[in-house]
Amino acid sequence: MLATRLFRLVGNRNLSTSICLRGGHGVAKVEDYTLPAYFDRRESPLPDIKFVQQLSPEQKSLKEKEKGSWATLSKEEKIALYRISFKESFAEMDKGTGEWKSVVAGIFFFIGFTGLVVLWQRKYVYGDVPHTFDPEYKQKEVQRMLDMRINPVEGFSAKWDYENNAWKK
Amino acid sequence: MLSSDCLWSFSSTASVAARSYSHGKQETDEEFDARWVTYFSKPDIDAWELRKGMNTLIGYDLVPEPKILEAALRACRRLNDLASAIRILEAVKDKSGPHKEIYPYVLQELQPTLNELGIPTPEELGIDKA
Repeated sequence: MLATRLFRLVGNRNLSTSICLRGGHGVAKVEDYTLPAYFDRRESPLPDIKFVQQLSPEQKSLKEKEKGSWATLSKEEKIALYRISFKESFAEMDKGTGEWKSVVAGIFFFIGFTGLVVLWQRKYVYGDVPHTFDPEYKQKEVQRMLDMRINPVEGFSAKWDYENNAWKK
Repeated sequence: MLSSDCLWSFSSTASVAARSYSHGKQETDEEFDARWVTYFSKPDIDAWELRKGMNTLIGYDLVPEPKILEAALRACRRLNDLASAIRILEAVKDKSGPHKEIYPYVLQELQPTLNELGIPTPEELGIDKA
């Protein structure tokens, strides 16, 4: 028991609880995730714990100075006090990451890559198109459509000048 | 609470009750403000109560009145916590959202307290820029 009290003074939480365990009291080890954590959140401006838990000697003396008049603190000291308690200021926690630029770049990259795949496929995978795509065949198709007077009022054949055998200007 | 019949056109002016119920008396803005000023003015307020109060207050859909903030800043002084005082000012600016005229007004109202307690604004310290 005395040993645990000694270790508690030193502030070594885990060691003191493990000593309790060896003492046979069955105290569970305190897991880190069960302890209050520090969060920078807009909706919760004052977190449960200070950001810096172990203070250096300068920080400790600054904390002592904080008990006096704040007007005597210099600007750097005030900033130092802020940084002891908080990790990021509101401006820092709110700023964007610029991640969207990576996302858009990735999108363009993969679209480009897909384009290359499509081109390769056209060359190496697909066979020939049917003969009905040949220019001569296409011409015969057009002639047949004109002979059938397809859409003669406002559409296809309406644009053909049958007198002069040419497309209307 | 800054209500819409003052200077800004908010979409809702209703006083904020802590609970929403259709029956019973609705708390007026003045009662709300007075309740919170009393909370922060407790002489032996402890750090947990300050944190709980501020986090709860920021959770409401409103920007706290300068008199509530003054009581909170004085509570920080009693607790020797300058960092929290600066954080409170940051939170007010953040809470105003797109209404950019609120924060300068609040600072103007709080200027005597800030000078008296020696609390710098985040702008003076340069931490308002990322």
